[in-house]
Amino acid sequence: MKMKLISAAVAAIVAGAPAMADLTFTSLSYRTGPYAANGIPFADGYADYFTLLNERDGGIGGEKVNLIECETGYNTEKGVECYESTKGSGALVYQPLSTGITYQLIPKATADGIPVHSMGYGRTSAKNGEVFNGIFNYPANYWDGASVAIKYLLSENGDNLSGKKVALVYHNSAYGKEPIRTLEELSKKHGFELSLLPVDHPGQEQKSQWLQIRRDKPDYVLMWGWGVMNQVAIQEAVNIRYPMENFIGIWWSGSENDVLPAGDGANGYKALTFHNTGSDFPLFADIAKYVKDAGKAAGAGDQIGTALYNRGLYAAMLAAEAAKTAQAMHSTAALTPAQMRDGMENLEITEEKMTALGLPGFGPSFKVSCQNHGGDGLTAVVQWDAGAKKWNKITDFIAPDADVLGPLVAADAEAYAKEANITPGCK
Amino acid sequence: MSDTLIYATEVFINGLMAGVLYALVALGFVLIYKASGIFNYAQGVMALFAALTLVGIMDGQVPFSHLINAIFGTDIHHFGWHLPAVLAIILTMGVMILLAWAVNHFIMRHLVNQEPIILFMATIGLAYFMEGFGDLMWGADIKKLDVGLPMGLNTWIDDTTYNAFGYGFFIDNLDIVATIVAALLVAVLVAFSQYTKQGRAMRAVADDHQAALSVGVSLNFIWVMVWSVAGFVALVAGIMWGAKSGVQFSLSLIALKALPVLMLGGFTSIPGAIVGGLIIGVGEKLFEFFVGPMLGGATENWFAYVLALIFLVFRPQGLFGEKIIERV
Repeated sequence: MKMKLISAAVAAIVAGAPAMADLTFTSLSYRTGPYAANGIPFADGYADYFTLLNERDGGIGGEKVNLIECETGYNTEKGVECYESTKGSGALVYQPLSTGITYQLIPKATADGIPVHSMGYGRTSAKNGEVFNGIFNYPANYWDGASVAIKYLLSENGDNLSGKKVALVYHNSAYGKEPIRTLEELSKKHGFELSLLPVDHPGQEQKSQWLQIRRDKPDYVLMWGWGVMNQVAIQEAVNIRYPMENFIGIWWSGSENDVLPAGDGANGYKALTFHNTGSDFPLFADIAKYVKDAGKAAGAGDQIGTALYNRGLYAAMLAAEAAKTAQAMHSTAALTPAQMRDGMENLEITEEKMTALGLPGFGPSFKVSCQNHGGDGLTAVVQWDAGAKKWNKITDFIAPDADVLGPLVAADAEAYAKEANITPGCK
Repeated sequence: MSDTLIYATEVFINGLMAGVLYALVALGFVLIYKASGIFNYAQGVMALFAALTLVGIMDGQVPFSHLINAIFGTDIHHFGWHLPAVLAIILTMGVMILLAWAVNHFIMRHLVNQEPIILFMATIGLAYFMEGFGDLMWGADIKKLDVGLPMGLNTWIDDTTYNAFGYGFFIDNLDIVATIVAALLVAVLVAFSQYTKQGRAMRAVADDHQAALSVGVSLNFIWVMVWSVAGFVALVAGIMWGAKSGVQFSLSLIALKALPVLMLGGFTSIPGAIVGGLIIGVGEKLFEFFVGPMLGGATENWFAYVLALIFLVFRPQGLFGEKIIERV
C-alpha cells in the first residue's frame, strides 16, 4: 500500500511538472499593487508571444515553451524570492522587469549561471559583457536614452544647445538617478544648463517641482518617472501650461497609461522608445487568430498594441530569437541556461529577420557580442496624439553618442569588476 | 517685494492648498478613531475603492467583468451608459454605506472590547482584502476621473498677482475647489457631531462604549454610521486625488500623506486634521523651497515627518488631541 502511494505521488509529480525537454522561461511580473497597471500589459505581451509560438509553431525548434510567471508586486524582496523559487525549474533566462530586482539578481544569477535580460532597465554598465558575462541589456539602456534625448534636442536646435536650459524630473531612486551622470557629461559637451528635480516615491505630490519649472522656465524637461509619478507630472505640466512638445519622457514614462488621464492636455507629449507601438504589423493578425480569438490570451486581450504590451512581446521575441540562435549553435533543441547565454551573446537582429517574424520596422537592427551586451542603443522618439489616442513615431531609430557613453560604461564596469573581484574577459 | 519673497508667497499659498488635500485624507482617520478608537489602516484603500466605484458606475463598467467572462466565456465589459457625476456619486455613497455595514457586520462587531492592536490588525487585513476586491471588481487599469471639476491655472489670480507684483501666481483651480469642499465638510461634520442626536451618540460611544450602551445607544448603528461617514470622506478624497493622477491603485498610498498630519493635529480632532494638514503642507513646501536645493531636493516626504515628530515631542497628543490622564 505504501509503495502504491509513493508510486502514485511520484506519477502525480511527474505529470504535473513540465517535460524536461520544454524550454522554460520565467516572467517576474506584477499584476497586483500600485504598479499593476503597467505590469499587466508587459506580462500579457510576454506571455502571449510564447503562447503564439506554442500554438502556431509548436514551440521553438520543436520544443514547447513552458512559461512560469511569478508575482513580484514590483517589490525587490519578492522578486528575489521569485528567482530563488523558480531557478530550479530549468529557467533559461530571467526578465526581472525592475531595476531593483536586477541589481539583486546580478551576483546571484551570475553565480548560478543563469542569464538575465534587463531590457531597457537595470544596471547600464552591464552592457560590458566582459565584466557582466551573464547579464544583457540590449537593445538600449538608460544612458542611451539620455544621449538620444539630447541628440534629438540638438537636431531640433540646429545642433546647438549652448545656453539652453534642460531640467530633469526624476524618480528619486537608483532608476531615476541613472541618467544624471550622462546628462552632466553631455551638458559639459554641448553647453546646456542642467537642473535636477527629484520626486520622492510614489510621486503623487509634485507641486514644488512644477512651481520651480514654472519659475525657471527651462527650454526642455526630461522625465525619468514610473507609475503615478508620470501621470501627475504630465497633469502638472498641463496645469502650468508647459509646452508639451518640449517635454520628453524615457520609455518608462511613455505608455498610454501615462497620458490618458491628462486627456487632451497631454497632446504633443513626447517619449523615447526602442520599439514601435500599435498593432499594425502582420504578427498581430497571428496574435489575434492563435491567441486572443482562441481564448488563450494571458489577460483580457484589451492591451494588445499598447506601448507596454508591445514591449513585453518584443522582450519575448528577443528571448525566442536568442533561443533559436542557441539551438543552432549547439545543435540541440533542448537548451541549458549556459547554452541560452551563448545564444544571447550571439544574437543578431536584422530588418530581414524582423520582417520574416511579421514585425517589419518594429525595432532596431543590432548585434550582440561578448564585448557588447547592450546592442547599439538605437532609440526613437514618439509623440502622443490625444485626438487619435495613439503614439506616432516621429524619428528614425537614433544612435547614442558613443564617444561620451563608452568611457562611462567602461569606468562603471571596471569599478564593479574590482568590487566583485571579477577578471574581465570573454567566456 | 523681492523675487524670493514673491516666490515664497506663491509656495506658501500652494502649501496651504496641498495641506487641505492632506487633511481630506486625515479626516477619515480621525472620524473612525474618534468614534471607536480604531486606527483605520484601510482609509487610503477606502479612498481608492470609492474612486474606482465612482468611475465604474459613471462609465457603466460591469463589475467583476473579467471574472464573469472567464467563467461563462462571455465578452461583456460595459452596460453602455454614462451616468451624470452627481447620480454616480450618490450611488457610490450607497456602495460605501453597504461596505460600512459589511465591515461592521463581518468584522468589527466580533471584535468589541478587543485590544486596539487587534483592531488595527483587522484593518490591515481589511485594507489588503479591499485592494484585491477592488481589483477583481473594477480591474487594475488607470481610469480617467472627470466629474466636471475645474483644473489648471486660475487665470484671475494669475492676472491679478501679475499686475500687482510683476509675477503671476500659480494656483490650481482644483485646489481651490478642494479648499471649499474641505471647509464645507468640516463645518457639516462639526455641526453633525455637536447638534444632532446621532452625532451626540457618536461622541458618547467615543467617550465610553459601555456607558453609551447602558443609556440605549446602539453600538452597531453608530459604528455603521461612522464607517459610512468615513467612506464619504474617502470618496471626497478619492475624487480630489483621482482627478490629479487618474484613478489607480497607488491612490491608496495617499494615506502616507495623512500620517504626519494626524501626528501633528491629533487623532481625535476634526479641526486638528485641518490645521495639521495646513501646517504640514506649508512646512514641507517652504522647507523644500528654502533648504531643499542645498540638500539635493526631494525633502518633502521626510520633512513632513520631522515636523510632526517635533510637535509630538512637545505635545504627544497632537495640537488638538485630547490629553489622556489615567488616575490610579
